[in-house]
Amino acid sequence: MSAVSALARVQWRSVRLNRGTMVAIVLAGWVLLFGFVRGHDTLSLASADVNGLHTRLNDLNSSVGANRNSNPLFVYFFNEIQVGATHLVTAFQALLSQPANGRPLPLIGWLGVVAIATLLSWVFGNLKVALLALVGLLFIGLQGVWQPAMDTLALTIAAVFISLLIGIPLGIWAGLSDPFHRVLTPLLDFMQTMPTFVYLAPLTLLFLIGPATGLIATLIYALPPVIRITAHGIRTVPTGTLEASRSLGSTRSQALVKVMLPMARRTIVIGINQTIMAALSMVTIAALVAAPGLGQTVVQALESQDVGTAFNAGLAIVVIAIVLDRVTTAASARADVNGRGRSGNVGRFRRPVLIGGTVVTAVLVYLSYTYELAASFPDHLTIGSRRFGLDLGSSIIRASTSATNWAQRDLHSITDAIKNTVTYHGINPLQTLLDSSPWWLTFAAIVLLALIIGGVRAAAVAVLCLSLIIATGLWQDSMDTLAATLLATVLVMALGVLVGVWMGRSKRADQVIRPLLDAAQVMPSFVYLVPFVALFAASRFTGVIAAVVYAAPVAIKIVADGIAGVSATTVEAARAAGSNTWQIITKVQLPMSIRTLALATNQGLIYVLAMVVVAGLVGGGALGYDVVAGFSQSSLFGKGLAAGVAIVLLGILLDRITQAAARRADASTNTYR
Amino acid sequence: MGRFTSSSRGRSAVRRLSVVAVAVSMAVLAGCGGAKVGGTSSTTTNAGGTSSGTVKKTSCGTFNLADNPWVGYEADVAVIQYLAKNKLNCTVAVKHITEQVSWQGFSTGQVDAILENWGHDDLKKQYIDNTHVAQDLGSDGLKGVIGWYVPPWMATAYPDITDWKSLNKYADMFKTSESGGKGQLLDGDPSYVTNDAALVKNLNLNFKVVQGGSETALIQSFRAAQQNKKPLLAYFYSPQWFLNEVPLVKVNLPPYTAGCDSNAAKVACDYPAYVLNKVVSTKFANSGSPAFTLVKNFSWTNEDQNVVAKYIAVDKMSDEAAAKKWVDANPAKVNTWLNGT
Repeated sequence: MSAVSALARVQWRSVRLNRGTMVAIVLAGWVLLFGFVRGHDTLSLASADVNGLHTRLNDLNSSVGANRNSNPLFVYFFNEIQVGATHLVTAFQALLSQPANGRPLPLIGWLGVVAIATLLSWVFGNLKVALLALVGLLFIGLQGVWQPAMDTLALTIAAVFISLLIGIPLGIWAGLSDPFHRVLTPLLDFMQTMPTFVYLAPLTLLFLIGPATGLIATLIYALPPVIRITAHGIRTVPTGTLEASRSLGSTRSQALVKVMLPMARRTIVIGINQTIMAALSMVTIAALVAAPGLGQTVVQALESQDVGTAFNAGLAIVVIAIVLDRVTTAASARADVNGRGRSGNVGRFRRPVLIGGTVVTAVLVYLSYTYELAASFPDHLTIGSRRFGLDLGSSIIRASTSATNWAQRDLHSITDAIKNTVTYHGINPLQTLLDSSPWWLTFAAIVLLALIIGGVRAAAVAVLCLSLIIATGLWQDSMDTLAATLLATVLVMALGVLVGVWMGRSKRADQVIRPLLDAAQVMPSFVYLVPFVALFAASRFTGVIAAVVYAAPVAIKIVADGIAGVSATTVEAARAAGSNTWQIITKVQLPMSIRTLALATNQGLIYVLAMVVVAGLVGGGALGYDVVAGFSQSSLFGKGLAAGVAIVLLGILLDRITQAAARRADASTNTYR
Repeated sequence: MGRFTSSSRGRSAVRRLSVVAVAVSMAVLAGCGGAKVGGTSSTTTNAGGTSSGTVKKTSCGTFNLADNPWVGYEADVAVIQYLAKNKLNCTVAVKHITEQVSWQGFSTGQVDAILENWGHDDLKKQYIDNTHVAQDLGSDGLKGVIGWYVPPWMATAYPDITDWKSLNKYADMFKTSESGGKGQLLDGDPSYVTNDAALVKNLNLNFKVVQGGSETALIQSFRAAQQNKKPLLAYFYSPQWFLNEVPLVKVNLPPYTAGCDSNAAKVACDYPAYVLNKVVSTKFANSGSPAFTLVKNFSWTNEDQNVVAKYIAVDKMSDEAAAKKWVDANPAKVNTWLNGT
């Protein structure tokens, strides 16, 4: 047995060696040929120029605008959806954030919201997350952004509600049916990678300016995770359990309701968690079409470069995200316990406690309906003759403004040197190789690399995606974006391995770093772009850095989980055999989590691509700028749409290659287990 | 064992919660006199005109005003909103949206007026000439100037840099990691079609256009360039509040003459001065609303706007406070706007 696995290991080593050599040969050949044919057939298109396809897409956009009032599709379909979506958001706003029923304030005041949130967190999660919800919401009140935060919460709740209503049934279907799953997957890829900027302006033609468009834009981005993860949960129910239930005579639907759903419950809750996070990450962008909430505060503050106020609002988004994340995670752990059939006993003890909590909450909600002090968050309290200030926001704004000013003034020379080094030695050579080679050379090289790294199917996908990119007319811009994406991913993985290994090996490091990672993921990027531009100038490097800030947390978390998952006995055995820490990391922990590393690379790439448009706002140029310009100028709409499609194609290309590589790594590491 | 402890922890939590609830309700009732929501003792002022009895009859209804994302425009909106709300008793719905989306709002009936339109010939053609959902109300008094600017320290150190003919002499200074060995000309806001690439080519300048991608990128670049005495040549425009903070200096290109920009690929002259105009929806124009008359009469100068924009962006005043301060200081101008409402 051990002889066989040792043999397999040796074979795999040699395969990997061969693969590495082949990649090197392809790269060397590419650079060599580049020397001869540089600058020919580069398919370039200047930034203000358009081609025939782009013009046709412009015309389509204009005709939608011209015919929206007469076309029955609008009158009977889109308008109905718009009305329904607006009603839904307004209903939640009336509860939480906006004047309702002739009152100057919403139906539930801050005290009621705090009470309900704490109770729900405790009922579905545990006491610890209930406390977190309590403190988190009070903090938002002290920040002085209660009302916009509740607008954001209303929009998020509405979007998540619809996402679950549509997503869970679709996810179950995709989990049960292979053909449906195959049809759905590319559609979900499309929804997740197509930049929102591309369809935001046209969406307002369909669903008008305001909360409805905000809701639907959020929905497009937030729906895929719950579908994907629900399907995954259904698919991973062990076949043995299913067969057992079938042999006991249950029908298909009985098996679904009694076996599959309960067993997939924990996974489905994780899907809900991801959908909530995705919905929150759309807050700022939705603000561009007048969707209410904290995004408005951020966007308006940045008109006058007021980083402090924008940061304060961004911080409130982070707090909401962390509370919702921890509560749903706790809920999924509890669903796991309940799913194993222990709910009966716990329920008996919980009931009186639950009733007590509900009564208290009801009283607080009533108070918050009736009394002003409990309804709108006070900025100070007067008890007797003493006045207590309840304003944390001003201090946060002041502190972050002076921190930004200090960084911009005193760090400039260091950051400029970093930018220049990376650009001259990283971005420039890579970009030149990709975009100044003739298209057929770059094309052939990428397909060969896909073949070596991912196999025949990955190579076929590469041929298809690259051909379609040529058809969009944006080949050279796509190659520039690809160069920046690859470089950003290298940086993401460097950080992922460094910090991920540290976190995976030390529980304390994990506890300290994890909230920072969460913050980096949900803090609206607009907030930190202002100081970044001051530090690194309007440049492609600034775009790369923005992408790294957003994508590194995901990679770090995945690597940390992988490292922590390496069995403790193996590590102990290696230590007993005399390995030092460095050897344990490089010879045991990293090789054993090779599949996790591949997954982290895959997710890192996808998250980096999600930031291409943001990079376009700070000098990243290429496809990101094309999308931004298309959002701003109707004459460039078609080009922006084509650029969005090119980004999706790059995403599919990189995703399929890295996934195939991950599967190969998986197949070879299986011999270890 | 574990179950028992967890539920006892839960019970004590309930007790604690009840204590908190009682304490809070006592604080509410005793400490602050228990002001009721919507009650007469309520001090909330944001209810607008609905509760006060001093306002004359409502004839205005809802006035949908587009607010495009730059501070100068926000200043236009601040004063118009202030006057429409307080003098005309309108309910003003301000929509924070970008320019293209604002024009689309004319066709969906969601936008009544744009107060500061910069060009946009394609949108004019679609919404005014072709579908007639919008109307041009002419100048709002503002003069838009577009061009190439340098930070003030450069104009002092190199006095001849404001002439385009000396740009090539200084091209080396403007090199960056982005400009591929040539001087960098930083373009910014993607909202405008620029002729910069054609200008660089036709004036034989040894420069490369680099896309900054946003107004934020432009302003930050200029701020850093002035602070650190770094060279920068970039596309910018006036009126813009940032010019109050750092008075950028314009580089003179060959002067604009009528028609010199008719062939976009052959352009070799400066940008024309834009007359910024007001655009309203046809529906709004025919509604007889006093808000329409206000928009029709509205006209002020770049200096006026810069003052209000400074109140908002630099002095951090609220839109309403900034508008009130300016309106109180300029009664004559305001009265001509309110004439006929």
